[in-house]
Amino acid sequence: MNTATTTQGSHDSRGHDSSEHDSGEHHDQNAHDHKPKGIMRWILTTNHKDIGTLYLCFSFLMFLIGGAMAMIIRAELYQPGLQIVEPNFFNQMTTVHGLIMVFGAVMPAFTGLANWMIPMMIGAPDMALPRMNNWSFWILPMAFAILLSSLFMEGGGPNFGWTFYAPLSTTYSPPSTALFVFAIHIMGISSILGAINVVVTIINMRAPGMTYMKMPLFVWTWLITAFLLIAVMPVLAATVTMVLTDKFFGTSFFAAAGGGDPVLFQHIFWFFGHPEVYIMILPSFGIVSAIIPTFSRKKLFGYSSMVYATASIAILSFTVWAHHMFTTGMPVAAELFFMYCTMLISVPTGVKVFNWVATMWRGSLTFETPMLFAIAFIILFTIGGFSGLMLAITPADFQYHDTYFVVAHFHYVLVTGAIFSIMAAAYYWLPKWTGNMYDERLGKIHFWASLISVNVLFFPMHFLGLAGMPRRVPDYALQFADFNQLVSIGGFAFGLSQLIFLVVVVKCARGGEKAPAKPWEGAEGLEWDMPSPAPYHSHTTPPVIK
Amino acid sequence: MDEQSLKRKNGKLSLKLMLVIPLMFAFGFALVPLYDVFCQVTGLNGRIVVNNAPSSLVIDKSRIVRLQFMTSIAPGMPWTFEPVVKYVDVHPGQNTVVKFKARNLADLPTVGQAIPSVSPGLAAQYLNKTECFCFNSQPLDAGESVEMALVFFISPEIPPEITTLTLSYSLFNVTKLANNNITKI
Ligand code: HEM
Ligand SMILES: [Cu+2]
Repeated sequence: MNTATTTQGSHDSRGHDSSEHDSGEHHDQNAHDHKPKGIMRWILTTNHKDIGTLYLCFSFLMFLIGGAMAMIIRAELYQPGLQIVEPNFFNQMTTVHGLIMVFGAVMPAFTGLANWMIPMMIGAPDMALPRMNNWSFWILPMAFAILLSSLFMEGGGPNFGWTFYAPLSTTYSPPSTALFVFAIHIMGISSILGAINVVVTIINMRAPGMTYMKMPLFVWTWLITAFLLIAVMPVLAATVTMVLTDKFFGTSFFAAAGGGDPVLFQHIFWFFGHPEVYIMILPSFGIVSAIIPTFSRKKLFGYSSMVYATASIAILSFTVWAHHMFTTGMPVAAELFFMYCTMLISVPTGVKVFNWVATMWRGSLTFETPMLFAIAFIILFTIGGFSGLMLAITPADFQYHDTYFVVAHFHYVLVTGAIFSIMAAAYYWLPKWTGNMYDERLGKIHFWASLISVNVLFFPMHFLGLAGMPRRVPDYALQFADFNQLVSIGGFAFGLSQLIFLVVVVKCARGGEKAPAKPWEGAEGLEWDMPSPAPYHSHTTPPVIK
Repeated sequence: MDEQSLKRKNGKLSLKLMLVIPLMFAFGFALVPLYDVFCQVTGLNGRIVVNNAPSSLVIDKSRIVRLQFMTSIAPGMPWTFEPVVKYVDVHPGQNTVVKFKARNLADLPTVGQAIPSVSPGLAAQYLNKTECFCFNSQPLDAGESVEMALVFFISPEIPPEITTLTLSYSLFNVTKLANNNITKI
């Protein structure tokens, strides 16, 4: 693999005068190498690393905005009664918080990681469709500007929950719903374009010798995620389009009065929605599968079973959507079908958890910040998987549905799952991105602060839900007061802890101890064969794959 | 592989992938009729069988099935709407007529549409309606009242364990929809 490093180094000194380039590429290289300075560099860039950085920064900004909304929610719920905000504004906060975290924070963070890492991991010089890449990123800020501006419109922003069930989003929604629909369309286009880029890059741009079964799991999980995205984002687009025409153009897809059916909305939405939740977790599996072996100094246990497990999760995810609808009055046969399929999904998920644990078994473990986040991911994501299994039991779900138990479940899989893995990835690859080591002490403080606060925040929600506290309410019965106070305190602490992460990243980008090409002793993969920071153009000649 | 042919190859693959987009978009919409067909075939959603021919079946005198009636009025609907009787006991195969009373309390002409639903949902397929006010929307002038008929029979194939059905109507204000001529059920 050293060959790759040397080729890399020599290319940099040669610049774009390399004789290997034909004229077409020469032109391209030219455009890249003379990157414009200042803001125009970022607006015009087609470089996968720049675009990756843009996605990651954007995602962090969204994380902070969505987080601020969560702080408003938790402040209102600190005590029973209505103190701080109007119920309608509270509903807008829960709705937009959810939309921003799903479409603005988690998904773009994964796309950012994909942009940065996939070409480097498979030995490609860039993403396959660099110009489209630029577009897929830059329409995102537009979409969120539209969504956020709808909050200031007369009648307020979307207030019907991130799941925008009809008739809440049709008959009873504010006029700004048109903007909501438009914003979702743009986000959808952005993710589809991003996904197409990932698929084409992985299928066509792998270096010679990089066979499918040699690809790092992050690449595998993203390939499968990208297929999921291409399959279900258009269904989401269809759903919002129907909402739009029902609300503004007199159709009756979801209106019983005109022959439609509101339950149909839920079927179509969750046909998208359940694969969507796997879109938000599969890349995490890839990240954790990179980090655990590194800090265990062992090969990943069961590589091929990981690939097959990921693929089966993706396929099964199309057969479980109605577990979100157990209480809509489905016939028993359907309830059973969806219950068993849902439980079946936890088998490949269990395989993964088993493999990670087996990888750590008898490894020589060290606990740098990325590893801490990855281990926390395994444990806490598994808790989320267990609460998911509880919810999958149809008769039990009749009690849990629409309570805080569901809120606890999906925050364990999404915050301590998806977000923790993204944090782990950031710490893991920051030295490669910036060329500097991050502040390990601050990183550890960030980890422990997050770990403790996130559990104070979300664990008591299980009990609130079991005791019957409904979700999406600005006020609650007195017996829930103590636990809600605790949850809110955890919430504020978790929110503040994330500012430590901001400090770590800014410090690391500014300077610090220089990072070697391979800062982690046990790390494997092509990205560690190039110097840190990774050169602006990497793998311009394909690396040799051993 | 040289740059040009790689570009062509990338373009081709992205085009193929892009084809999936309209396909899945259309699939989203196709779920609407598919859902209706599925519900109709299986009777899973409590949707009603429309059967224009009255029962010519043998009446199964050995059994009695109770059909209960419920009505509800959607928000924004200025009518009263009630069944004349709360339930009827019928033999499977027997043609029966029941009446519902509606009255427009508003001082404007209004168009109403009743949407039926049967529970238990799986029994919906055995409730055959030969005539129902719910097949069409119903206009009423200000203050006008009307008696509306439902003619039905319960098919003798109904499983013996089902002894009671509930037929519930929700009455919606479709004046706006009617003006837009979208009143098909
Ligand atoms: C073992 C795996 C899992 C099982 C068995 C499972 C099961 C369920 C069930 C049955 C519900 C519906 C609860 C209700 O509304 O009554 C649910 C909700 C949810 N799950 Fe999972 N789940 C699993 C993993 C995941 C993962 C990996 C994610 C995302 C990364 C996720 C995200 C969600 C979300 C966001 C909701 C709530 C959606 C909403 O109503 O707003 N789940 N889960
Ligand atoms: Cu689900």
